[in-house]
Amino acid sequence: MALSNDEVKRYSRHLIMPEVGVEGQEKLKKGSVLCIGAGGLGSPAALYLAAAGVGTIGIVDFDVVDFSNLQRQVIHGTSDVGRSKLASAKDRLLELNPHINIETYETALSSKNALDLFKPYDVILDGTDNFPTRYLTNDACVLLGKPNAYGSIFRFEGQASVFATKDGPCYRCLYPEPPPPGLVPSCAEGGVLGVLPGVIGTIQATEAIKLIMGIGEPLVGRFLIYDALRMKFRELKLKKDPDCPVCGTNPTVTELIDYEQFCGVAPAATEVAVSTANNTNETETDVNELKRKIDAKEDFFLLDVREPNEYQIGKIPGSTLIPLGEVPQRVSEIPRDKEIIVHCKMGGRSAKAAAFLRQQGYTNVKNLKGGITDWSDKIDSKVPKY
Amino acid sequence: MANKILIPTPLRPFTGKQDAVEVDGATIGELLANLTTKYAGLKPHLYNEQGKLRSFVNVYLNDEDIRYLEKEQTAVKPGDTISIIPSVAGGR
Repeated sequence: MALSNDEVKRYSRHLIMPEVGVEGQEKLKKGSVLCIGAGGLGSPAALYLAAAGVGTIGIVDFDVVDFSNLQRQVIHGTSDVGRSKLASAKDRLLELNPHINIETYETALSSKNALDLFKPYDVILDGTDNFPTRYLTNDACVLLGKPNAYGSIFRFEGQASVFATKDGPCYRCLYPEPPPPGLVPSCAEGGVLGVLPGVIGTIQATEAIKLIMGIGEPLVGRFLIYDALRMKFRELKLKKDPDCPVCGTNPTVTELIDYEQFCGVAPAATEVAVSTANNTNETETDVNELKRKIDAKEDFFLLDVREPNEYQIGKIPGSTLIPLGEVPQRVSEIPRDKEIIVHCKMGGRSAKAAAFLRQQGYTNVKNLKGGITDWSDKIDSKVPKY
Repeated sequence: MANKILIPTPLRPFTGKQDAVEVDGATIGELLANLTTKYAGLKPHLYNEQGKLRSFVNVYLNDEDIRYLEKEQTAVKPGDTISIIPSVAGGR
């Protein structure tokens, strides 16, 4: 894998460092990384891997570039909105470095395809956004013996580690089980500081590059926590769990399983349980019905459980704001003698609030399907979508 | 003797937005019990219905996972910092 003169020129700042040199650069050229997702983490990671000269970069994604991605997914540009993320990412990476190969896989990672997809790669870079795919990626890495450059983000906080190396811990050693769906908010729900995935994604890329070149001390057995607001990095110790179901001494998971089921996200089980527990299916309403009620000046209480900053972006007329986290303390502000309609952005948080109110003995609580987003789509387009 | 407990971003809505709170207790278990008494909204996020610490929430005494110390019986000294680290999946 000799370097051409053009490559020598391009990588000169690497080549003059004894830790990298021609040997390290040739290892990078021979090396390969599979990025799971071309989103917040995958964007900066893939850009730096390409610039560094990693010979083959694979990307798994099936999404389309959206305006709301551009605040952090720096691999895509404004003119890419509406294009497939893979096509957009491939163009950008080859523009940055034409000496590398980009392999794209327009598919959702699944138990059926993960092992085949991972097999040809040296390092897997986990930049997904959901628990089923994170456990799937971990287990596939352990089964194949591939290191997993892991990163995860929420609002102002990021986590990074390297899992599934030969003697190191895996993601399941750290978290044996996922949280039940709904208990931990997603980025779409919770928001994320745009520059945060830039920090975490480049840490993942750094680790991938070190692993390929075999230099330095990898982030194995260490869990790095970054708080952007306090500008603090903390390092926690991670141990390989001898009882780990996938990488322990007597593993019980020896092949890939159904991760949707493992993470409890199969059908909307909690919603169904709530409806049957109340012996009624009248637990939801929609924006058309809400509009009718408002126009008819019906007497009901419209509860908005979003955060104050979301309320500032736009609101449904007549609503009262009590953020989801404050509902338990402020339940006395919610009348018991009226019909309650709860809404949020999309309907997820409000479903939780509605379930809580029913537990508190409220008998007439409805969740607004589709939330204020649906209101903007169907009733009042002046309310901005975010 | 009060010890500092660092609260992760997803749980700050339940501690009045504070990123760290001081609570008393001689062991991790006592500290967490006092924490969830003071901030009741935290309780379902830390403990399951059987009163056991949830398996997607890890608790660290300084930089050590309490699962590899004495779990909730782990003794706490003055100046020790306790961190609650829940699993987070975001990436896009």
